[in-house]
Amino acid sequence: MASTQQTVAPPAVRGRRWRLSAQERSEARFGLALIVPAMLAVALIAFLPLAKTFWLSLWNINLRFANTPRTFAGLGNFTDIILHDDRFHNALIVTGKIAVVSLTAEMILGMVIALAINREFKGRGIVRASVLVPWALTTVVVAKMWNLIYQADYGVFNRLLSDLHIIHSYKPWIASPTFALWAMIGADVWKTTPFVALLLLAGLQLIPHDLYEAAQIDGATTWQAFWRVTLPLLKPTILVALLFRMIDVARMFDLPFVLTSGGPGTETETITLYTYRMLFTSLKFGAGSALAVITFVIVLLISVFFIKVLGAPAGGATGGGR
Amino acid sequence: MAAPSVTSTSATTDYLAVHRRKTQLARLRRTGFYVFVAAFVLFCLLPFIWTVITGFKSNDAVFQSPTTYLPHPPVWTNWKKDLTTPRFTRAIYNSVIISSSATILSLLVGSICAYSLARIRFPGKNLVLGIVLAVAMFPGISIISPLYLQFSDWHLINNKLALILPSVTFTLPICIWTLNAFFRDLPLELEEAARVDGCTRAQTFLRIVMPLAAPGVFTTAILLFIASWNEYLFARTFMNTQNAYTVTVAIAQFEGADVASATPWGEIAAGAVIITLPLVLLVLIFQRRIVAGLTSGAIKG
Repeated sequence: MASTQQTVAPPAVRGRRWRLSAQERSEARFGLALIVPAMLAVALIAFLPLAKTFWLSLWNINLRFANTPRTFAGLGNFTDIILHDDRFHNALIVTGKIAVVSLTAEMILGMVIALAINREFKGRGIVRASVLVPWALTTVVVAKMWNLIYQADYGVFNRLLSDLHIIHSYKPWIASPTFALWAMIGADVWKTTPFVALLLLAGLQLIPHDLYEAAQIDGATTWQAFWRVTLPLLKPTILVALLFRMIDVARMFDLPFVLTSGGPGTETETITLYTYRMLFTSLKFGAGSALAVITFVIVLLISVFFIKVLGAPAGGATGGGR
Repeated sequence: MAAPSVTSTSATTDYLAVHRRKTQLARLRRTGFYVFVAAFVLFCLLPFIWTVITGFKSNDAVFQSPTTYLPHPPVWTNWKKDLTTPRFTRAIYNSVIISSSATILSLLVGSICAYSLARIRFPGKNLVLGIVLAVAMFPGISIISPLYLQFSDWHLINNKLALILPSVTFTLPICIWTLNAFFRDLPLELEEAARVDGCTRAQTFLRIVMPLAAPGVFTTAILLFIASWNEYLFARTFMNTQNAYTVTVAIAQFEGADVASATPWGEIAAGAVIITLPLVLLVLIFQRRIVAGLTSGAIKG
């Protein structure tokens, strides 16, 4: 026990270790005992399966032909996918497009909303409550809802837009290659902007008011105060929000699966949806696991980039849900 | 000396005019602000309101083109049908059992871990925090293939355990992180007093910390429950008979009486409202705490 403690101890603690009293040492042992169940659960349900996914990705496995023996593929699945699989490339592009467009829209909208509701006004409670509605709704329900709203003939989106004279003929929003991705991004922005706004609002409330007063005395305009005070101080919150959302897009499954089934064709097929299909439609568990590993690596790279390079205080990356 | 008096009166009228313009501008800005706020509230609520409205439409009315904004007459059949069809009530039952088990399991394991991280000095704390964080970022898809093979081997496909166990991957990090923030916010003095009075750490935790943290634990429980209630990827993969469906799978797989019949939109909409309304109300009632719980980890780091 003592030696394992020492290997994982940060340097500061290691130096102090020899001066720990007997009571402090029993205390540390108690502290470690309390985390054991959680770490065990995480090891068995998350890390062990992850290691197995890596292992499976090295084989040719097709569950459709249960009796054919698996053959070792080495890194063959990876080279096939990364170099030759057009559907994989398409999924990457789709996911990338969603990330760029969705995140830009959410950040700008979320910021405007957060700035607007970061003050006392009548009805603020109602606004805060309504912000929570899209967040609280199940993604599957959101997908079904928007599927109905976007329907070409009887959807209310067409009715509303033509009543407002924005369109003159009904459009097949989710059945058309031109609109499907945009329609899906619209639903995604609707669902997630409130969460981004709430995060940014919480960050805004931590900025001391004196700073704005000081800026005003120095003759700064509201606009300058926003660029010079609000944005720099909000940077950690913005980075966390971006990190959550990037990861959520990389593992986006429910919305494309239920709203568009990735269609038409593969126009809205995200990387996670493609992985799912490789596993459970094509039943190619080797190639599917390789795709799962690639998805994992993408998420890992995003997190490392945000935390190590941009210095995001990654603490709260737990809140987003999927 | 006539000139100054003239200028002074014109200055007064100028001042008044400027003042009036200013108040007008302020009023205009306020109106503009409220228009913006109202538009935003509508933006948030309209899709859900539309779902409620669709729930009151007969199937013929749903398929009318162009669609009508209001159902006339509104019908209750969709709601009645959902609440009396076993395939739907069964899904609600499954989801309640699965989500509450996952919530309780996560709380049991996660609360002591969070307390240890918040209060006790031990080596390797940063490593533990890092691991929790890493698991929070895990894509579910990257562990699904071995889990599927394993659960098939163990004959756990369509068994609730197949959803309760993996839900740990996404509920436990939320649990540990949110509770950690709550525990750190508790006043240290009470715990110290208890220690001085001779309580052990375990006694302090059970008798002093847990009762004090009850609101935080409750908020965390809501967050965990919502997370596992909303789960779809695992549920869709590990539950493939109608009896085993959870609410998300039931809503996504909703089909007419036979394959050829049209999508029963009215029933789907009513079902969507039924499975989400309790959660939405819960969130609205406890909104202050939930927002605090959601953002605490993110802001305090």
